[in-house]
Amino acid sequence: MSFGYFSRKVLAALATLAFVVCFNFFLFRVVESDPVASLFRGRNLTPAQRLELRQEFGLDGSKGEQFVRYLQQTAQLNLGRSYRSNQPVSSEIRERAWPTIALVGVSTLFSAIFGILIGIVAAWRRRTKADYGWTGFSMATYSMPDFWLGMLLLISFAVALGWFPVGGITDTGSDATGVAKLFDQAHHMFLPALTLTLAYLGEYALVMRSSLLDTMREDYLTLARAKGLRDVVVRNRHAVPNALLPVVTLIAINFGFVLSGAIAVETIFSWPGLGLLTYDALKGPDLPMLQGLFLVFSAAVIFFNLVADLLYGFLDPRVRTP
Amino acid sequence: MSSIAVSPRSIAWQRRRRALAQAWAQYRRHLPGMIGLGVLVVIVAMALLAPVISNHDELRAVNTVDNPTWATPSEFPPLGTDNLGRSVWAQFVWGARISLLVGLAATLIAIVIGSVVGIAAGFYRGVGSAVLMRLTEWFLVIPFLPLAIVLAAILGPSVRNIILVIGITSWPSTARLVRAQVLTLKERLYVERSRALGASNRHLIGRHIFPNVSPIILANLTLTVPIAILSETTLAFLGLGDPTRASWGKMLDEAFRAGALSRNAWWYFLPPGLGIMAVVIAFTLIGSALEEILDPRLRERRK
Amino acid sequence: MTAPLLSVRDLHVTYRSEAGPVPAVRGVSFDLHPGETLGLAGESGCGKSTIAGALLKVLPPGTEVTGEVLLDGEDVLQMKPGRLRAVRWTEMSIVFQGALHALNPVQRVGNQIEEAIETHRTTPAATARVAELLELVGLPARRAGDYPHQLSGGQRQRVLIALALACNPRVLIADEPTTALDVMVQAQVLELLERLQRELALSMIFITHDLSTLSYVCRRTAVMYAGRIVEEGPAEEVFAHPRHPYASALAAAFPLIGDHSHRMNPSGLPGDPPDPRAIPSGCPFHLRCAVVQPECPELDVELWPAGDGRRAACIHVLAGAAP
Repeated sequence: MSFGYFSRKVLAALATLAFVVCFNFFLFRVVESDPVASLFRGRNLTPAQRLELRQEFGLDGSKGEQFVRYLQQTAQLNLGRSYRSNQPVSSEIRERAWPTIALVGVSTLFSAIFGILIGIVAAWRRRTKADYGWTGFSMATYSMPDFWLGMLLLISFAVALGWFPVGGITDTGSDATGVAKLFDQAHHMFLPALTLTLAYLGEYALVMRSSLLDTMREDYLTLARAKGLRDVVVRNRHAVPNALLPVVTLIAINFGFVLSGAIAVETIFSWPGLGLLTYDALKGPDLPMLQGLFLVFSAAVIFFNLVADLLYGFLDPRVRTP
Repeated sequence: MSSIAVSPRSIAWQRRRRALAQAWAQYRRHLPGMIGLGVLVVIVAMALLAPVISNHDELRAVNTVDNPTWATPSEFPPLGTDNLGRSVWAQFVWGARISLLVGLAATLIAIVIGSVVGIAAGFYRGVGSAVLMRLTEWFLVIPFLPLAIVLAAILGPSVRNIILVIGITSWPSTARLVRAQVLTLKERLYVERSRALGASNRHLIGRHIFPNVSPIILANLTLTVPIAILSETTLAFLGLGDPTRASWGKMLDEAFRAGALSRNAWWYFLPPGLGIMAVVIAFTLIGSALEEILDPRLRERRK
Repeated sequence: MTAPLLSVRDLHVTYRSEAGPVPAVRGVSFDLHPGETLGLAGESGCGKSTIAGALLKVLPPGTEVTGEVLLDGEDVLQMKPGRLRAVRWTEMSIVFQGALHALNPVQRVGNQIEEAIETHRTTPAATARVAELLELVGLPARRAGDYPHQLSGGQRQRVLIALALACNPRVLIADEPTTALDVMVQAQVLELLERLQRELALSMIFITHDLSTLSYVCRRTAVMYAGRIVEEGPAEEVFAHPRHPYASALAAAFPLIGDHSHRMNPSGLPGDPPDPRAIPSGCPFHLRCAVVQPECPELDVELWPAGDGRRAACIHVLAGAAP
């Protein structure tokens, strides 16, 4: 990959990040009136207490001063204190990030693998029963609200059959460690991961199918067949790698979005990640927490957009080589 | 001149009508598109006939104290009752109205903003256009759901606010698509020619640019509606919907919170989910059919 | 005369499309003798490139192909899949048009040549053979490590020629190998093909829309129109003194450089080639023909003898007069 391409993409991502940081400030300041007043409504606060609280939440001074302080604090990864728990937002987010990353990572991996395989089968056997069946399946999972799909899986496999726990990340009161703990967590993760896998698999299958169908019209496939290669070799060595390029990019971009897209699914399964944290922050509303989460979610999208660009540059020799 | 047989405008209209008739003839042969249209017609008819086919009174708990709670469909046809004895059928039918209304109205807002920004950014040159384009790119990376959640939380729950929130968070992809199309259109000869003849920008946009991007806008519109409806569902499920009006998303939220899952009250949470699926599939089928018919090049837009 | 190496008999190719069957080739027969170069000329859409695909049976699935393609007496169209794959590239190979995406954009060109060699295992040291092939077509061996987009149009065309020669085929089908290249590069590629044909004693089918090119590389040539051969004969004769009005129009479209008679009389051809789904009755050329006769729309044309080993499908030939 050329250094020019790399530095151009990184600079663009940094500019976007700067925009999001500013946007985040104004989004919350424009609408927020006086959280101290609304949060402590009904309690008698002396002006001194009020001032102290306002200072604590960073709400004293002019908007300009607030903005400068916000920038300084954000640069130090200080995202303020939660109204609800009075803990630093950044440490709560850090704590809750891992369950989400694990859940989304596993789901993305499986939805990518199965989505791509389904797309290949559907395109390679287009206009057969296999194509209609798999394309219909992809369309169906694509069109379901993800949390509703989660509800269906929950009621079937956790409530009715009892194969899986109904929620959480470990059994309550469990003090298992090591492999036993890991197994317990995997057991809890199965249903939410299956939900997200099914929810995203449809889109990947549909995109892979149309990408492969486009690729199959290319002349280099005719040439590969004319060389005497078996159809399977033509498909696996020539058609699929080219068709994969846009799909891999899409998956990388989506990873950033899924991080925030899992809010409703995490809620259904009480999965203690960033989604459930968002859901809880909505009751209140816990504005510093929402603001911090919003920043983290946006940064994730920007980061994975960058990853997608760089990945594309690495995978496609037309970008990689001069 | 004593009489004008045909004005240029009427010629243009005739041509447009003919193109429309031709597109419809093509659409009729598109089986998935026709299935989608059929499903949509049934659901829209159901929503419009809500006062006829269901009892609005059964939506309010104050009127349903005598009803059994958690009644199965066989005990309380056609779809049973919820934890407050309200008719699930009535909620489903009236909820269709809100879900469709939010989906369509929000899409309209998104499409209008997206088209205006896209045409402006594509047509004009200079700083303003560059800023618009940057802004679009930036808004594309702002995760839609958290932004909508924050806005909905800040504005407060009402149908109007939900429409606004979804509308003003969904425009960037339309803007990018329209801009790309305007850029290619602009290069075409006939625009160059009419510019050479001294046509004003307003004339160019109104007569040449807009009529030619409108098929793309239409196809994009049908593909944005399902996304808007799914967004409404998610927002309502997170408790950000209008607490006074039944929608499919709110039904799912209430079913979940009332413990329909642990009671295995499938008649409560199955209908709204199936309804959403049906509408989303219908619009997706219609949208892809329109894309294929109106502009085959559109299929290459994912790049 | 020796027995033909390749003999095509009454070849019909019909594509399947959503709007119904599309007959692209409608009864074509020709012979190719060892060491001979046969030209196939015609406008785009006349079916000439379809023939290239049909000879190796690499047309899209669902395409209907009838007739015979006899390679040493064995019908390619009737071969079992395994036998067919063995014949592809070792007996017959195609030089694809370089302007199209005939090379896989994400693989190094050397690997793409190597793949052909290793599929058929005719040479043990594939890498050495790749270098040899590249040098044979006038490219430095280090170009094997390049991706297609790093090569110029002429270099890509040379790679495609090297690729076609990888397994020492007996028949080389060159499908518009000079289209979309600069004039200078065109000449270089033509020279290369002609030299290779001579040195390697290849039998070649050369497909192009440019009759003047054929007169340069081929001994015999056939002109196609609407899926049929309308004239065939010695290449120079066909170009210099065409007997079919379509062939004369095609010849006039590519004047020899410095030929004044052509410059003074640039006879363009009116209209477009016919839609394969709606081919005109009788002589399919009658709607565009400058010397059309009243009976042409009903005339059942076939290739009639036109002297000196020439044949043409025109009423004027039947009548014995030059058009």
